[in-house]
Amino acid sequence: MLFTSYGFIAFLIAIFLLYYIIPKKYQWMLLLVGSYVFYAFSGIRFLLYIAVTTLTTWFSAVRITAIQKERNEYFDAHKGEMDRDGKKAYKAATKKKTRVWFLLCLLLNLGILAVIKYTDFVIANINSIFGTETAFMRFAVPLGISYYTFKSLGYLIDVNRGKYEAQKNPAKFALFVSFFPQVIQGPISRYDKLSETLFAQHSYDRIKVRQGLTRVLWGFCKKLVIADRLMPAVKALSGSPEEFQGAWVVMLILFYAIELYADFTGGIDIAIGIGQMLGVDMEENFRTPFFSKNINEYWTRWHITMGTWFKDYIFYPISVSGWMMKLSRSAREKMGKGVGKRIPVYLANIIVWFATGLWHGAAWNFIVWGMLNCVVTVASYEMEPLYKKFHGAARWSNTIGYDIFQMIRTFWLMGAIRILDVYRDVPVSFAQVGTIFTSGGWGEVFGEKFSRLGVSVPDLVIVCIGCVAMIIISILFRRSGEKVRPCEMLTARPVLLQTVLLVGLFLLVVIFGAYGVGYDANQFIYNQF
Amino acid sequence: MKKRVISIILITAVTVGLLYLAQRLLEPKYINDIIEGRLIEEYYDNAGGNDVIFVGDCELYENISPIKMWEEYGITSYIRGSSQQLIWQSYYLLEETLKYETPKVVVFNMLSLQYNEPQREAYNRLTLDGMRWSSSKWNAINASMMEDESMLSYIFPLLRYHSRWSELTAEDFEYMFSTKKSFHQGYLMRVDVRPVTSTPTPVPKADYSFGENAWKYMDMITALCKEHGIKLVLVKAPSVNPYWYDEWETQAEDYAAKNGLDYYNFLEVQDEIGLDWNTDTYDGGLHLNLSGAEKMSVYFGKILQEKYGLEDHRGDTDIAPAWSEKVDFYNNMRDDQYRELEEYGYLKSYGGRKVD
Repeated sequence: MLFTSYGFIAFLIAIFLLYYIIPKKYQWMLLLVGSYVFYAFSGIRFLLYIAVTTLTTWFSAVRITAIQKERNEYFDAHKGEMDRDGKKAYKAATKKKTRVWFLLCLLLNLGILAVIKYTDFVIANINSIFGTETAFMRFAVPLGISYYTFKSLGYLIDVNRGKYEAQKNPAKFALFVSFFPQVIQGPISRYDKLSETLFAQHSYDRIKVRQGLTRVLWGFCKKLVIADRLMPAVKALSGSPEEFQGAWVVMLILFYAIELYADFTGGIDIAIGIGQMLGVDMEENFRTPFFSKNINEYWTRWHITMGTWFKDYIFYPISVSGWMMKLSRSAREKMGKGVGKRIPVYLANIIVWFATGLWHGAAWNFIVWGMLNCVVTVASYEMEPLYKKFHGAARWSNTIGYDIFQMIRTFWLMGAIRILDVYRDVPVSFAQVGTIFTSGGWGEVFGEKFSRLGVSVPDLVIVCIGCVAMIIISILFRRSGEKVRPCEMLTARPVLLQTVLLVGLFLLVVIFGAYGVGYDANQFIYNQF
Repeated sequence: MKKRVISIILITAVTVGLLYLAQRLLEPKYINDIIEGRLIEEYYDNAGGNDVIFVGDCELYENISPIKMWEEYGITSYIRGSSQQLIWQSYYLLEETLKYETPKVVVFNMLSLQYNEPQREAYNRLTLDGMRWSSSKWNAINASMMEDESMLSYIFPLLRYHSRWSELTAEDFEYMFSTKKSFHQGYLMRVDVRPVTSTPTPVPKADYSFGENAWKYMDMITALCKEHGIKLVLVKAPSVNPYWYDEWETQAEDYAAKNGLDYYNFLEVQDEIGLDWNTDTYDGGLHLNLSGAEKMSVYFGKILQEKYGLEDHRGDTDIAPAWSEKVDFYNNMRDDQYRELEEYGYLKSYGGRKVD
C-alpha cells in the first residue's frame, strides 16, 4: 500500500479516527494492529519475515537484560566480597552468555537480510567471474526489510551495551519494529527515543494534528507535484545513455537531485507528519542537505538516521575495537604517528561506506557509489590543512558568496556521484559523466529533443515553483537555527492563514499532482533500499 | 465549541466548493473535439417517448438518422450510442434507459461482441462519464474498469482530469456550467465525404468465437427486453472497416435463431439500401456520412415500421411540434456543415480534421 494510494489515505483516516475514539490505553494496540494490516498489504507471506525478526530480537534482548540484571544483582549481593579479578572474571562469564544471545540474533537477522537481498547479486558475480550458469533464487524482498532489520538490530546492540533494558512486552516491541509510517523508508528510529511517545496515551491535540496534517500534505506535494513530475525525464535520460550525453547528463544530475530530494523528504514528511497527528515524535531525517558546504556536512544532513546508525553501530565500534587499536599502534611504530592515527579512521570509513553502499542495493553501482563517497570524505580530510591555510590567507573565502559557491560545489559533486543510482551499470555511469567534458550538446537541451523526455514546459514551470517553495522553507528552517520545524512555525500565525494553507496544499496536490491514469503509480525511491 | 463547529463546516464547504469548481473547469467539455464524449449525457434532456431505442457503438450513432426515420415514417427513436461501446455498457445503458421509457423495439449492433474484456480507459470514459448516477452506472463502471482505473475517479472525475490544467482553453471556461446541443436523437451528423480507397484484408484469427463474457451480456440484454416485453432486433450495420468475419456472422445468426430474434446484416443488402462508398462515407468506410445514414435510415425504417408495426406519429399533435423543432435543428446543422465545408474545406466545428 503506497503512501500515495487511495487505499492508504482511507486506511489513515480510519486509523486516525479510531485512535482518538477508543480508550487511550488501547491506542498503541490499535497502531500495532494497523501496522500489521498495513504490512500485510505488501504480501501476507512477508508478515513471517517481520515476525521472525521481531520475536528473535525481542527474545534475545529480554535474555540479555535478564543476564545483565542477574549480574548486577549478584554484584550488589556480594559487594565487598569480590576482589577486582573476581569481578572481572564474573563479568567476563556473563558477557559470554549475553554474547551468545547477541551474536545468534545478529547473525540470524543479518543472515535473513543477506540471503533475501544479496543472494542473486552474489550468484551474478560468481557466474560472471567463473562463467557458471547458476540459476538465480529470485527471492521476493519483504517490504522495508533493511529498515526494520536495522531498527531491530540497533535496539539489540543498545540493550547489549546496557544503554537501556529490553522491552518485556513482545507486542509493544512488535509495534516499535513495524510502526507503519516508518516501516518502509524510515526514519530509522532508536527505541529509547521513539518509545517515549509511541506507547504513551495521547489526547487529541488540535495544534499537533494541524501541524502534522500540514506536513503530510507538504510531503504529498513534494512527492506528487515535484518528484513524480520529473520522474519520466529521469527515466528517459538514464534509460538511453547513448542518446543523452554531455549537457543532458548535467540535466540528469540536476533533475535526479531534485526528484530524489522531493521524493525521499516527501516520504519522510508524510511519515513524521502522520506521527505528529498521532502524537508520536520521530527524529528528523533531513536538515537542509543541499545547503551543505562539504561532503561531511552533507552526510550529517541527508538521511540522518541512517548515517548515525552506521556511525554508532559500525564506525565507532570498529574504530575503537581491540584489533584496530593494535593495528593502529603497530602502524604508528612502523610508519609514523600520522599513518597510525589515520588507519583506524580510514579503515572504519571504508567498511562503513561499503556497507552503506550495499545497504542501498545489491549492485556494483551502489558499492561504487559508497566507495566514491568514501574517497571524497578521505580526500577532504587530507586536504583540511590546505583548506585552513587557504581560509586564513584568502579573506573572501569567509564571505556568503564563497559559502554559496561551496554549497553549489557540494551539490554538483554529490549529484555526480548520485547518478550511479540511475544508470544501468558502473562503466556507463563513468562514461556518461565523462561526456560532460567531451560531448557538449548545450544547444540541444532547448530544442526538439527535449520533448522526448516526457515532460512539458508547464511541468517544468510547476517543478521550478516547487523548488522555490522548498528553498524558501529550507531557508526559514535554517533561520530558526534548525530548531523549529517549518510546520511548527505556522502555529504562531493566525488560524485563518494556517487553514488557507492547509486547503491550498490539498488543492495543489489534487490538481497538480502527477497521479492517476497516464501516470505510473510510483513507489517512493527509498522504498527500494 | 459552537464557533469551532461553524468554522469546520465553513472550511469544509469552501474546500468542497473549490474542488467542485476545479472539477467543472478541468473536466473535458468535448465541444469542438471528440464531440462523441457528449453523446451519452445529451439523452437525459430528450429522454422518453421513443418507440425505438438503438444501443451500441459508432456503427449506430453514425449510421442511423432518427430524424430521417421520423421524416419518412414518423418513427420516434433515440440512439444510446457511444464510441467503442462494449456490450456490458450497452446492457447497463439499456437498463438505465428503461427507467426513463419503455420502447417497443430495441436495436442492438452485434459488432461489440468481438470484445470480451475492457479495451481502453479513454473509451470507457466517453461512455461512462456522461451517464447519470444510478446503480446502472455503478455496475457499468465496475464491469468496464481497466486495471489502472479506480471507481473513485469516476465518482470524483477531478481525480482523473486534474492534469488538464496545462491544456485549458477558453472553451473550458465558457462551458464550465453549460453545454451545447450537438446531436440528433443520438445521431452524430457528418456531411463530409472521404471515399473508400481500399478494402481491408481480413487478418486471420486464432479463435473466432465471441467470448464468454460478451455472450453473458448478450443473454442479459435478451432477457431484459423479454422481461419488459420489448422486441429485440439484432443488426450488423454497414461498414467496410472493421472486417466482419463469416465466423462472426454464423455466430450472430445462430444466436438470433436460437433465441427467436430477428437479425439483419446490412452488409448483405448494401445495393438495396443504395450505398455508394464513394459518396456515403466520411472516413474511408468506417462510418457513413449524412447521405449514407439517411439511405440506411430509409431502408431500415421501412423494416421497422412494416415488421414491427410501429406507429406513424407525424400526425400526433402531442409529439409532432417537438419533433418539428428537432428537424429544424437537424436541417440547420446540415446547412451549417455544408457552409463550413465550403468555407474551410473541412468541418471545423464538428470534429472534422483539416487535411493538408
